[in-house]
Amino acid sequence: MLRTEELLLNVGPQHPSTHGVFRVIVKLDGEVIREAIPVMGYLHRGTEKLAEDLNYTQIIPYTDRLDYVSAMTNNYVLVNAVEKLMQLEIPERAEFLRVIVMELQRIASHMVWWGTYLLDIGAMSPFLYAFRDREIIINLFNELCGARLTYNYMRVGGVKWDAPEGWIEKVRDFVPYMRGKLKEYDNLVSGNEIFLARIKGIGKYDAATAMAYGLSGANLRCTGIQWDLRKNEPYSIYNRFDFDVPTREGGDCYDRYLLRLEEIVQSLRILEQAVEQFPAGDTMGKVPRVIRPPEGEVYAGIESPRGEIGCYIISRGKQEPYRLKFRRPSFVNLQILPKLLVGETMTNLITILGGIDIVVGEVDA
Amino acid sequence: MMHLLEESLTWTNFFIFLFWGVVMLLLILGFVTYAIYFERKVIGWMQLRIGPNRVGPLGLLQSVADVTKLLIKEDTIPRKAERELFILAPVITFIPSFVIIATIPFSDKLFNANLNVGLLYYVALSGISTIGIILGGWASNNKYALLGGMRSAAQMISYEVPLVISVIGVIMLTGSLNLHTIVDQQAGGFWHWYFLPQIIGFIIFVIAGVSELNRTPFDLPEAESELVAGYHVEYSGFRFAFFMLAEYVYVFAVASLITLLFLGGWHAPFGFLDFIPGLIWFLLKFSFIVFFLFWLRATLPRVRVDQLMGFGWKVLLPLALLNIFVTAIYMSIIS
Repeated sequence: MLRTEELLLNVGPQHPSTHGVFRVIVKLDGEVIREAIPVMGYLHRGTEKLAEDLNYTQIIPYTDRLDYVSAMTNNYVLVNAVEKLMQLEIPERAEFLRVIVMELQRIASHMVWWGTYLLDIGAMSPFLYAFRDREIIINLFNELCGARLTYNYMRVGGVKWDAPEGWIEKVRDFVPYMRGKLKEYDNLVSGNEIFLARIKGIGKYDAATAMAYGLSGANLRCTGIQWDLRKNEPYSIYNRFDFDVPTREGGDCYDRYLLRLEEIVQSLRILEQAVEQFPAGDTMGKVPRVIRPPEGEVYAGIESPRGEIGCYIISRGKQEPYRLKFRRPSFVNLQILPKLLVGETMTNLITILGGIDIVVGEVDA
Repeated sequence: MMHLLEESLTWTNFFIFLFWGVVMLLLILGFVTYAIYFERKVIGWMQLRIGPNRVGPLGLLQSVADVTKLLIKEDTIPRKAERELFILAPVITFIPSFVIIATIPFSDKLFNANLNVGLLYYVALSGISTIGIILGGWASNNKYALLGGMRSAAQMISYEVPLVISVIGVIMLTGSLNLHTIVDQQAGGFWHWYFLPQIIGFIIFVIAGVSELNRTPFDLPEAESELVAGYHVEYSGFRFAFFMLAEYVYVFAVASLITLLFLGGWHAPFGFLDFIPGLIWFLLKFSFIVFFLFWLRATLPRVRVDQLMGFGWKVLLPLALLNIFVTAIYMSIIS
């Protein structure tokens, strides 16, 4: 008796291309996916609950470990929320340092994404090229705050360390260097026929779907919606810089790929201007010794490399937040995955999942 | 050694065959050892790394150490695997890969068997290896391995066909399946080599050959980012080593075949360079092809299954048929 069955396959939690301990249960008909159920939570550490017992400065290292590819923006979203609540004045030099490290972080994060995405698609070399250039940024951070990945750099009211001597010049030199390297990336990958055939038209959705799922970042902008919190709801000193918010209309993996590379270009523009205008002054504002925000609620959303990361704090006037919630872009963006996967092949699962750009530390919090 | 084939099989003859077989095996093992080293070095340099440099001078003993490690590993067979087939699969994969080396001549003097159907022999036997891969994928009782094995079957069927058909142009021009004859007809400078008149056939053969080798960009059966390791996900130790060995022996075989069929084998590109021994020329061309394969691996991403199939059937096969047609017209005009 000949019969065909659907194959139930666990992709992950130990799988080379799920970018961490993430799991998708897929029902396969041949190689075609009939149903996909994402399973998350393997990396859940209860960050939000833990935060309720910590004072605000102590929470900062925990944010490093949410989206560990982009720790600087996570640092910022927390301190920004607290500063909003306390209505603190931040010295200009501190704001500049924050913007510089956040934009460097955005580039580093997109580099990691670019390299690992190409690795998912089967090209090994781009991964190593990307990490070569990311290493420069990591070294800059290392000089600045003594850590390569979990920086714990920002504080409520400013930043912990001033830029060491010659650091700003190094950032200045990095900008033209990175521009040259981007050309190399384009030459190696962006025009590759095999690569284009793999990602064009894959994982397509339209603007309405993107809005309905609450996507943000490149996942949203690839459908033609111009939405970047740095532009639309400027925080920090982003309104002083001249940069564009690139968008594309197609809504597929190819558009997301190009957008992320384009975002690197824009970040370099911001860096260039920030380094030019870099002021002298303090790096820490006038902050009470014990940080005790007034009673109230606050939400601060900023543009992380992955989309809108937000921090919602309810304060009861104590040293610790009464309740703290992060809006984690990886988690929100991931929700569209099951919808995109139905009808695709196993190979496209990897392409689509990689194209969404998740960091499991942030998905699971 | 040819005359031995016509004599009756005595013990002496048997041992002579056995001896040369072992010599050939050692030669191949030596090649595989240093091909892996070479590959890791080349890809390392292309990827801003150093490559192996710890074991032995310049890391030359790295592959030896790796193989030793594989050989002394515990032999694990998954409890739910199909035991007999699981054991048989690497053997079935490896044996044909080694057997096909028999007909490959390295120079006009240095060869094992000068078969009149040498090319056919190669094509026929190399197909058997895929059965080993499918068996291994199925017997592992692992879903990823099964997918890898199935992909391998589909890929083999799709690319074996254009591979064989692309060679027909060469066979038509020479009128022989004998690799010796094919090489001899390419004597007298590189403009006599078949990669020029048979440019379509050459390109198809290289593409289909890379696909037969399961190498990037056609490494779908073992696509690590999708199928973890594909058909050999459950294999370890020396059984795994046999799969890898077979793969590299095929690199040897395909690189040799490309050299023989399209690049003039042991003939020098210019007449005045004839004083350099043929073996050197063979090795040079051969090494270039091997380098080319490694180069591809460092550069290209992987194609998708459906694209692979589509490309094989819709592009390569019609082109290969067209190549036969054009060759036939060319030949009738010439004669």
